[in-house]
Amino acid sequence: MEQDWIWGLVGGLLIGTGGAVYLLANGRIMGASGIIGGLVDGSGRSTATERLMFLAGVILLPILLYPLYGHVDTHVSSNPAVIIAAGLLVGAGTRLANGCTSGHGVCGISRFSLRGIVATVFYILAGGLTVVFFRHLLGVI
Amino acid sequence: MRLLYAFIAGGLFGAGLFVSGMTDTSKVQGWLDVFGDWDPTLAFVMGGAIIPMAIAWRLVPGRKPLVGGTFPEPQDPRVSRNLVLGSTMFGAGWGLAGLCPGPSIASLSYGGLWHWVFAAAMLAGMALAPRLRVTLDRTVPAE
Repeated sequence: MEQDWIWGLVGGLLIGTGGAVYLLANGRIMGASGIIGGLVDGSGRSTATERLMFLAGVILLPILLYPLYGHVDTHVSSNPAVIIAAGLLVGAGTRLANGCTSGHGVCGISRFSLRGIVATVFYILAGGLTVVFFRHLLGVI
Repeated sequence: MRLLYAFIAGGLFGAGLFVSGMTDTSKVQGWLDVFGDWDPTLAFVMGGAIIPMAIAWRLVPGRKPLVGGTFPEPQDPRVSRNLVLGSTMFGAGWGLAGLCPGPSIASLSYGGLWHWVFAAAMLAGMALAPRLRVTLDRTVPAE
């Protein structure tokens, strides 16, 4: 749609403002994989409530906004092999790399972090190649 | 206050992911698919998010977080094997499903069954990561 990019920009500004609040108020880097992963592997046990409150906000706001949109189709794949493989790769990969799109991408690039920039280059390249391979060559996604 | 700020930050993050369309996997895959009907939205989301964040980083030097404590130390800038390998694995999964950790959580309430399956697999992957780290160190010593 025509105005998709405007909503992308508005949403981006909201995401960045969330990251700014988390940094300036709590002194923490807003990385989704780190916040979740610390709860999964126990490394964030001492800050578990703070992590859970953050995730509660992430889940609650879409619930509140959803009625304004009526229906939102996420066009997600219903191929179990694709979804499970993708989830495992995203979970293990982001923890191994210590960050994902929010931590390395938004928070890393904005402070000119070399690690954030390198991570972003690699996950975009891998993502692009994966889509091209599985969509145009194999036709499974 | 720390918990309230965490909730506000998470709320802004969740609202941003929702209104930007980043929980729509076809928009993410559409951005990655340069040979298809290319969708530029993700670039605007990233650009929009980096602006307030860059301002925030400029406010850090000489200050303390509102709730006290200290700001995160600058990271070791070295590019490690785990950074490159992990990011490549993450990118492959991101391309396959069109979901990354933030949007996968934000979409749980309305995305349906497959978003829950993805999230469960992602948590399993996160739980396996420490073991993967040890195995990698044993078989392919880094640096």
